[in-house]
Amino acid sequence: MSSFKVFDIAGSGMSAESVRLNTVASNLANADSVSGDPSQVYQAKHPVFQSVQALGAANLGVAALAATVVGAAANQLAQQASASVKVSGIASNTAAPEARYDPSNPLANSDGYVYSSNVNVVEEMTDMISASRSYQNNVEVMNTARNMMLDTLKLGQS
Amino acid sequence: MALSLDSYLGVHAQALTLEAQRTELLAANMANADTPNYKARDIDFKAALAAAGNGAAALGANLKYRVPMAAALDGNTVDTQLEQAAFAENSVRYQATLTFLNARLKELMTAITGS
Repeated sequence: MSSFKVFDIAGSGMSAESVRLNTVASNLANADSVSGDPSQVYQAKHPVFQSVQALGAANLGVAALAATVVGAAANQLAQQASASVKVSGIASNTAAPEARYDPSNPLANSDGYVYSSNVNVVEEMTDMISASRSYQNNVEVMNTARNMMLDTLKLGQS
Repeated sequence: MALSLDSYLGVHAQALTLEAQRTELLAANMANADTPNYKARDIDFKAALAAAGNGAAALGANLKYRVPMAAALDGNTVDTQLEQAAFAENSVRYQATLTFLNARLKELMTAITGS
């Protein structure tokens, strides 16, 4: 049924934002990790969000035309018109790691350099706030939709 | 004369369906608030309700894209504050429609039971 899809949508938003929060935690935890080998050092990770839609915008005109024939088809169109979100992948930041001269570090290479991760802590903090706000937003949507459903169930009973 | 429940409930039954669909659409906009190239959408409610009243497809042609006030660099046109306001407004409208429907059903029950 169409009205329960709102929970799927808000749920997909919540899971995508929690993946984002997870990558932020991983990035922040590894912000100070170093390595003697530039290819082994931690690279900042960021999720790639993608909307999941059965119908693309280009197909919508054709489908809408078909939908005018039957009312049920219109409902189907409405279902496909709203898109949930998914994490299509985790991208690593390939920016070169910063080299630091630190010969006393046990991980330093033969020239005395260690390479630190390319995590930008300030960027991660703003990302964290953004992810947390978006998560709360989706929770709020789900709560409101839940109350609306419960009120609908009580229709005609009072 | 047979009483048609559809005509008795009037526009409210169709309005409730449309408002439920709009809830879904606005939820999708907010879920995709951070998705690159996602375009926010909404219903032209007046036109959609009129279309539903005429027996035509309520959505489809009345499903519009939002015009963003400030375009984001990643091609996303969701303004979270605007969507939140629209969502709150829509849920109040939904509750109002439910109240109307409840009143109608109560009238009917009074007519049936006679008390």
